[in-house]
Amino acid sequence: MSDLKVYNFMGLRKFALAFSILMLVASVGSLSTKGLVFGLDFSGGTQIEVGYEKPADVSVLRQQLVSAGFESPVVVHFGAETDVLIRLQGEPDQTLAERVYSVLQSNGDNIELRRVDFVGPQIGEELREDGGLGMLAALAVVMLYVAVRFQFKFALGAVLALVHDVIITMGFFSVFALEFDLTVLAAVLAVVGYSLNDTIIVFDRIRENFRKIRKAEPVDVINESMSQTLWRTINTSFTTMLVLLALFFLGGELIHNFSVALIVGIGVGTYSSIYVASTLLLALNIQREDILEPVEGELVDDLP
Amino acid sequence: MPNKFPLWKNVMILLVVVFGFVYAAPNLYPPDPAIQLSGQSGAMTIDAAVLEKVEQSLDEAGIEYFDGVANGDSLLVRLRKPDLQLRAKEVIQAEMGGDYIVALNLAPTTPKWLSDIGGMPMKLGLDLSGGVHFLLEVDLGSALKTRLEGDLEDVKSTLREARIRYRSFELKGDQLVGQFRDAEQGDRAKTLIRTTYSDLQPVSEPGQNPLILTLRISELAAREIEDNAIKQNLTSLRNRVNELGVSEPLVSRQGKNRIVVELPGVQDTAEAKRIIGKTANLEFRLAALDNIGEVFDFRDPASQGPDARLENNAVITGENVTDARASFDENGRPQVNITLDAQGGWQMGHATRDNIGRRLGVLFIEYKTKLEKSIDDSGAVVLTPVPFVEKNIISLATIQAQLGKQFRITGLEQRESSELALLLRAGALAAPMYIVEERTIGPSLGADNIELGVKSVTVGMGLVLLFMVMFYRAFGLFANVALVMNLILLIAFMSLLGATLTLPGIAGIVLTVGMAVDANVLIFARIREELVAGVSPQGAISAGYDRAFTSILDANVTTLIVALILFAVGSGPVQGFAVTLSIGISTSMFTAILLTRSLVNMTVGGRKLQTLWI
Repeated sequence: MSDLKVYNFMGLRKFALAFSILMLVASVGSLSTKGLVFGLDFSGGTQIEVGYEKPADVSVLRQQLVSAGFESPVVVHFGAETDVLIRLQGEPDQTLAERVYSVLQSNGDNIELRRVDFVGPQIGEELREDGGLGMLAALAVVMLYVAVRFQFKFALGAVLALVHDVIITMGFFSVFALEFDLTVLAAVLAVVGYSLNDTIIVFDRIRENFRKIRKAEPVDVINESMSQTLWRTINTSFTTMLVLLALFFLGGELIHNFSVALIVGIGVGTYSSIYVASTLLLALNIQREDILEPVEGELVDDLP
Repeated sequence: MPNKFPLWKNVMILLVVVFGFVYAAPNLYPPDPAIQLSGQSGAMTIDAAVLEKVEQSLDEAGIEYFDGVANGDSLLVRLRKPDLQLRAKEVIQAEMGGDYIVALNLAPTTPKWLSDIGGMPMKLGLDLSGGVHFLLEVDLGSALKTRLEGDLEDVKSTLREARIRYRSFELKGDQLVGQFRDAEQGDRAKTLIRTTYSDLQPVSEPGQNPLILTLRISELAAREIEDNAIKQNLTSLRNRVNELGVSEPLVSRQGKNRIVVELPGVQDTAEAKRIIGKTANLEFRLAALDNIGEVFDFRDPASQGPDARLENNAVITGENVTDARASFDENGRPQVNITLDAQGGWQMGHATRDNIGRRLGVLFIEYKTKLEKSIDDSGAVVLTPVPFVEKNIISLATIQAQLGKQFRITGLEQRESSELALLLRAGALAAPMYIVEERTIGPSLGADNIELGVKSVTVGMGLVLLFMVMFYRAFGLFANVALVMNLILLIAFMSLLGATLTLPGIAGIVLTVGMAVDANVLIFARIREELVAGVSPQGAISAGYDRAFTSILDANVTTLIVALILFAVGSGPVQGFAVTLSIGISTSMFTAILLTRSLVNMTVGGRKLQTLWI
């Protein structure tokens, strides 16, 4: 094995910065103009999943529901040709699902009621609120922990990197008009956990190297730390991606968007823990002195 | 000696591993499809004779069964094939008739030695088992309004009795507003109400019209009313849900004014909704003097005998009961304190004044439905639901003195007194409820979800195992042992803690599998680094584990924090995800650090090595 090669990660930080800003602007732009396509959990309403024995024609079913008096029903295939998802928006009432079912049954088709979800409008609103609050709480607590375990500049770097990941992941859902429901929210929070994990590992190494290497520029210390942890970052992201791909292809329709959110989020998270968090550290003018806490028995002779 | 664990450490690790295997084991035994039979009322005994009848009907229908067990309250018959469950239910229901509740069930097949030490399989969430989930909102405003309406009548009669004249007294929003002809009457009323009604507070604002008295219910009393309304609704919901014969129903409070009802296995939402929306009532009736009147059974025949005769007319009904609570009298004996509204108090006083020494019964009235068996034209047995009213005596006590607005029932066991108080409250005002969320998952979808979940865990895990061996060779093998062990420990803890497995929970397991190798990747990368730096193999192992530890700890603690927050803000399925993620992270710390270290130490520790196979 050869000596560790030190890559000049920070040399590319201008490009990284430009890339991140571009992505952020696109995400925020889309989120503020197009917004998110909220799933039933957040929007409220009724949705019914029905299984047919033969492939079903959704346009015929839609027509049938409209003529039965249902207002603008959304009828789509769900995962398979034989699975149909019907969504009814607006103020839902409690017998809606049964009425839809009996209309569909009147065709003489052998159908199976696979799932009925009814979420009242105020519940949807509350879930949205709780989700947002949870996200903020997670970021705040994480910032506190990193500030205590490391230092304030690290905490700021880590949290800003997380905000970056969350915004881009949500932006992805907005741009591609993918449905954002509770499981996706869970995935975004899991991304926060994962990306943080990555960032902490890199920070840990940066801290260690600042202590070990006495006379070096912060840029060099960061480059060296990043190179040392590069394989670990790649390997862990790779194994996680492997299982996520398994989930994406085999996990079924219900957690499809969940795995999409994680794949995007972990991709962005891996990138951000290399570029964003460390670039921010440099931007915050991280110095050796920021990290050295006076350790017992150590002479404080290196202070200016 | 370098890289050797002391014996106790290895033994401890071995113990944890054995623990994991033992408590994960119950999940290897798939449950048997079963039919459960119980009585419409708790008083029915379901013994060997009933079991014999059930078994006979199954024999006749040619349905294979085994291991029928009756325990007095219910019986359980296991079936050979799951697709026979529905037919078996029909056959048994037709044979036994509407007095019995027949329900589909899954009977655990955990071996006795495992269940004796607390081993049990993981609970499946509704998205995996199929079933109905309701979120009901209790209308607390209406509970408060009912109470205020009662208070208004009380206040009026108190004022009348004290000969305080008022122009009008009425309910405006959540306040009682009285108008008086002169300030003196108003003042007297204010003083009187303040001393008589601790729950009502006069509202005083500067510059207020002295002829107007505004009363507001105290914060504390309002909270108590709301709390009681929720508790009453919970109690009556539990009673009703029990009637559905669901094997493991969940009825619990959520937040300030909501109730969650989960009924695994129930498919008929219409039936479930009807039962949940059902009502019950109460009547107080005097015991009959002669043979005129009606005979009612006791709800609990063990308490006061099989039945008693009560008068035809009720003194008061449950609507007059504003509160009932169990407490103890001066001598420490259990009692139930009952509070009636003004009208109820007057009627009760009137009825009991001349009847001291007679007995007063509390009759519990439930509106139920049962299945009636009939034969249709084609000769097939048809079961039609028929509504009926069930009336049972819950208490029969001797009147000691004239009763008024407040009285007590004594001579009860402690268990009885708290139950009576609950039933009295449940029969009285139960605030209306609305369904605000409903999720029904068909059984086939649940089964599909399990299959998809298991497949993704298997494939994902297989890929990770393969990658680790290719990249880290011998050490990759150690990591793989740790990874598999992590999965087993995760399952063991989830089973032992009674945590519920949901589809997002399975996703959490998959994610944990991907992330759990992180600790090992960190350690191994570190060992490689040390080797590159020229450290001896043994030194590199030791340094690799030591140096990676803080990174692993920090990284996992922060992820754990996020998982805990996820649990706090999430609901149902998302909480399932948070649970598996946090347990997985915790167990992975053990397997990735201690278990692999022990394996490494046992195989290469303490030897003179030239190279490491890493």
